[in-house]
Amino acid sequence: MDFSVIVSDALRSGIGPIAAIYALAAMGLNLHFGYTGLLNFGQVGFMLVGGYGLAVTVATYDGSMWLGVLSGLGCAIVLALLLGAPTLRLRADYLAITTIAAGETLRLFYRSSWAEPVTGGVFGLQRFAGDFYDLNPIPRGTYGVWLVEFSSQDLWVLTVGWGLVVVVGTLLALLVHSPWGRVIRSIREDEAAPRSLGKNVYAYKMQSLVLGGVLGAVAGMLQAIQVQSVNPDSYDPAVTFFLYTLLVLGGAGRILGPVVGSILFWFVLTFLDSALRQAIGAGYISPELISTSEVGAVRFALVGLALMLLIVFRPQGILGSRKEMLLSGR
Amino acid sequence: MRCPRILLPALALALVVLSAAPAAGQGEEVPAGRGFGARFLQALIDGVQFGVIIAITAVGLSLVFGTIHLINFAHGEFVTIGATFAFFLNASPAGPGWHLIPAAAAAVLFGALMGAAVDRGLWRPLRARGTGLINLFIVTIGLSLLLRHIVLVLYGTRPASFAQYDIQEAIDLGPVGITPRDLTVTLLSILVLLGVAALLQRTRIGTAVRAVSVNRDLAEASGIDVQRVVLVVWMFGGALAALGGVFFGLVEIITWDMGFKLLLLMFAGIILGGLGSAYGAMVGSLVIGIVAQVSTLWFPVDLQYAWALLVLIVVLLVRPQGILGRRERVG
Repeated sequence: MDFSVIVSDALRSGIGPIAAIYALAAMGLNLHFGYTGLLNFGQVGFMLVGGYGLAVTVATYDGSMWLGVLSGLGCAIVLALLLGAPTLRLRADYLAITTIAAGETLRLFYRSSWAEPVTGGVFGLQRFAGDFYDLNPIPRGTYGVWLVEFSSQDLWVLTVGWGLVVVVGTLLALLVHSPWGRVIRSIREDEAAPRSLGKNVYAYKMQSLVLGGVLGAVAGMLQAIQVQSVNPDSYDPAVTFFLYTLLVLGGAGRILGPVVGSILFWFVLTFLDSALRQAIGAGYISPELISTSEVGAVRFALVGLALMLLIVFRPQGILGSRKEMLLSGR
Repeated sequence: MRCPRILLPALALALVVLSAAPAAGQGEEVPAGRGFGARFLQALIDGVQFGVIIAITAVGLSLVFGTIHLINFAHGEFVTIGATFAFFLNASPAGPGWHLIPAAAAAVLFGALMGAAVDRGLWRPLRARGTGLINLFIVTIGLSLLLRHIVLVLYGTRPASFAQYDIQEAIDLGPVGITPRDLTVTLLSILVLLGVAALLQRTRIGTAVRAVSVNRDLAEASGIDVQRVVLVVWMFGGALAALGGVFFGLVEIITWDMGFKLLLLMFAGIILGGLGSAYGAMVGSLVIGIVAQVSTLWFPVDLQYAWALLVLIVVLLVRPQGILGRRERVG
């Protein structure tokens, strides 16, 4: 067992591009779930249309990166409108079912042989991130302090990612403390109250869904750029559940909730992952019990368990307020 | 009102058969190869078979929703666990190697026990704690993630089939064919669904279940033991889910994520039929199964589930309470 490797892995993942990407997507989810009380179980669908919007524009149609970004954002807005129009007038459970189904339907459509000429089907798309890395001002090489090291490419994604988190976080903080934010929070608490004051609850919910979806799409684009490929199977519904876990961990309904949650979530998850692998490698855990190929599954199972325990025993997470998170939602 | 509602699943079946009749006629006109009519009829039969299996799994999900208003996102995992448990007893090298029939019976029993265990061990304490409904949805998501990946560790990623009834010659029925296995599964599924309907309509506990789903407080005030009804519904749902899993594993294949894939089709089925209604779940699932199979006549097979899920969104736009749903305000 090499503890420095475990700590290094965990730290790198906790402050790395992945944590920034998940923090961004979870900020969108926070706007849905934490502030408006919308139970969106398909945030991964927004990440998918964002990532593919960029990749398809650049790789299939030879467009520029900025056009790709615009089309990714456009796709997310259209998706949010399509999902919201039938469900936002209905009870919360309908939105939950529809969003989880929509995320999976999108994945099936994008990976089908029918869509293959455009989306690359099961093979996905590559070679669309060049423009982004050409903008990289950081000279080639690796940079690091103590146990943590990043390549200049990762450092560039990481800088843009956390930069976006700061910008988006500031904007969201202003937004939720504006009159608009008070209305969406009152929708979360009791929909009838803002309605009786003459607010168009449906329109506010829709705006929240679109805005949060756009944030999901931005995260999806950044993820596509970071791994330099899009593949339908990386947009598994489990991604949304990861987002919920880290959101509840950090504290839903708080601006910093998703940020703290994402850093901590990826730190702990990678720590466990790396420690398990090291323990199996060193023979502390017999491969009969858990083999290295099963570590991934064990990790998912632990996330599920953590999500259950968190929501039961500490629904407000680290930063939230318990009173706000006792949602009965009907 | 009672008779027409119980007749509806049967009516839907009759409608399907009737609408298929002209297609069969067309099929006979083109004896060389398989004409469109024959392919349509074949897809329809496959659809009915798929639909009744979805229906078996969906009834429990819908009943749970009807009684405690919880959407159990972990219901798909009950299906997977039923199938993999039967596989362990039947065909796994580490298992005892039972014949499929006792293995399936054991899996159904295990499903019922699992349903009882999650109700007693998880949902009842949480309800007693006063955990909010939305929070409970998220708990089911966590449970689903946990159970699915425990199955993945224990079962592995390799798809497998049961030891018996694996490969069979199809019975030739003119333009279409069906294997004895598929025919038996379909007929058994229909019998099970009729049995569920009879249970709900004719027995004391069935009446109690319907009473609780119509109005929980009134049912409690009338002296119905609501906690016991909820327990029975969970056991029932677990047993049916396990049975559906065995059937699905029999006609298709057993995989570690089969339940989650089926779950989305179940959702489509129960929303189409009307959230919370057992008969709605049956009719809706049947339609979803047929849509999934018939779509393969025009569109690639890998999109068949996607069309079924699109139906869900269209239904929500047009008639959110579903075919058999009560016309209440759902917003």
